[in-house]
Amino acid sequence: MITFLELLVNGISVGAVYALIALGFVVIFKATEVVNFAHASLLLAGGYVIARLHEVLGFWLALLAGIATAALVGALVEFLVIRRANVAVRSVLAIVTIGVDIVLTTELTRRIGTEVLALGDPWRDRVLRVGEVSIAETRLVALAVAAALITAFLLAFKYTAWGVRMRAAAEDAETAALMGVRLGRVSLSAWAVAGALAAVAALFLCVFPTPGLDRGTGLAAMKAFPAAILGGLDSTTGALAGGLIVGLTEALMNGYQNQLAFLGRGVGDVAPFVVMLAVLLVRPAGLFGTREPARV
Amino acid sequence: MNVHAPGSPGATGDSGLTVRDLVVGYGPVAALRGISLRVPRGAVVAVLGGNGAGKSTLLRAISGTLRFHRGGIASGDVTFDGERISGVEPSGVVARGVVQVPEGRRIFARMTVEENLRAGALGVRDRGANARARERVLGLFPILAERSRQRAGLMSGGEQQMLAIGRALMAAPRLLLLDEPTLGLAPIMAARIAETIQEINAQGTSVLLVEQNVATALALASHAYVLEVGEVALSGAARDLAGDDEVRRRYLGIDPDADGGTSAPGTPDAPGTPDVPAERRTLTRWSA
Repeated sequence: MITFLELLVNGISVGAVYALIALGFVVIFKATEVVNFAHASLLLAGGYVIARLHEVLGFWLALLAGIATAALVGALVEFLVIRRANVAVRSVLAIVTIGVDIVLTTELTRRIGTEVLALGDPWRDRVLRVGEVSIAETRLVALAVAAALITAFLLAFKYTAWGVRMRAAAEDAETAALMGVRLGRVSLSAWAVAGALAAVAALFLCVFPTPGLDRGTGLAAMKAFPAAILGGLDSTTGALAGGLIVGLTEALMNGYQNQLAFLGRGVGDVAPFVVMLAVLLVRPAGLFGTREPARV
Repeated sequence: MNVHAPGSPGATGDSGLTVRDLVVGYGPVAALRGISLRVPRGAVVAVLGGNGAGKSTLLRAISGTLRFHRGGIASGDVTFDGERISGVEPSGVVARGVVQVPEGRRIFARMTVEENLRAGALGVRDRGANARARERVLGLFPILAERSRQRAGLMSGGEQQMLAIGRALMAAPRLLLLDEPTLGLAPIMAARIAETIQEINAQGTSVLLVEQNVATALALASHAYVLEVGEVALSGAARDLAGDDEVRRRYLGIDPDADGGTSAPGTPDAPGTPDVPAERRTLTRWSA
């Protein structure tokens, strides 16, 4: 029971971090109809800047710098690549983002090399004990921060002019343009916001119990991909649900790995994708995704 | 055809909308082949024509949304109050006071009525102007206030058209472009929309109305242009066009030889009058 509670909290915490990443996918997809395969490299860029600068600037300033960098890299990708690519089919742009990802990730892994970089966070490896349940502080902070960011994002999406602009452009770009919405700015802001969220996620993917940022950190971002897909790529609610499902699945599968030995080791890494496939078989548009509207 | 063109470019100075020798193509396909027209300030001008005549292309060229359809202006230009608006981004056109209500309404179905109105005001920064525009819209369409929290997609076609017009008015346009506002609406609702267009115009907004319902359009407009395959085939005062034999035969379904043409342009699409022989009535209907 105690193990289960610990796994539950850890799973929700990791899930909330995945939800941050998945939200980035969803925002970009809604605003530009592009599946952004370069998301992992945005995340890696943010994490790398935090890791390199925290000794000079201190953790909090480094964090800000990391967030700003990831947002800027996102905006640059939109401005220099996505906007210029004159293609009619949006799925081609998704493939273009794979190219962007390869370029950025190659450069970052070259810089990181074989090192494992600490991010200098103030929580270190402290553990909070409630009765017999012990949970790493980093997990609780991750949960709180992710929850706060997601709430702020959803409120902004619902109530601010920025949110109305985003939703209008997502629903019908041409009509939004007729209302005076500048689609270029909508797209740019979506990429920047997604980058910023990815940098925060990078922080929490690299802190305790993970040893630090290494060249494989970007791969963790790919776990948010099934989260976004199974929630429905065009749904912010779906990103949350998907993130939590993936986080919990992974934590529980890893936690009960010994009882599940017949499935082989490392089943926790595979499980999110299996869940994604299962969900898609039943609901092809994802849990909260919009089906192509059918005319009656 | 001796209907003259009172709206010929340059005839009445620079105020209002002027389209000069506009040529528009979608790739190699020319959709507009040298169109000129004018919407003087305060006027309602109708553009008539069948499918594929270039009516929607004309509106796209004015509002700057051709690129959404892989089209572009090859030559000619569009000016509004003396300022060139062809080649300007759609947001720039809106900022200069020209706002389009798209064909098929295209309301944001997943957003509430209130959010749709908010979206209409996105091109305008001035809060005071927004509040005045909202008051005007809710005055014209009280139903939008009643339904403000409802999802727009759940409203009836007529209500959606009201919302689409109200949303465009939120940008406080000086010229409203309407693309087939009565398309697919019940006759009573179409009549209400027509009344509303008159009222909007009476409040000081010029209107460029694209319509397939010729009778309605000619009743509302002071001037009209008839497009055929990308060119202006006829133009003139709406009254003259409504009385013109060719227009009556081709667009109003009235046979001018049959002396059945006493019906005013407000009673549309009457295929014939009782004193027309049955045989000819059928013929008239088919040629309409």
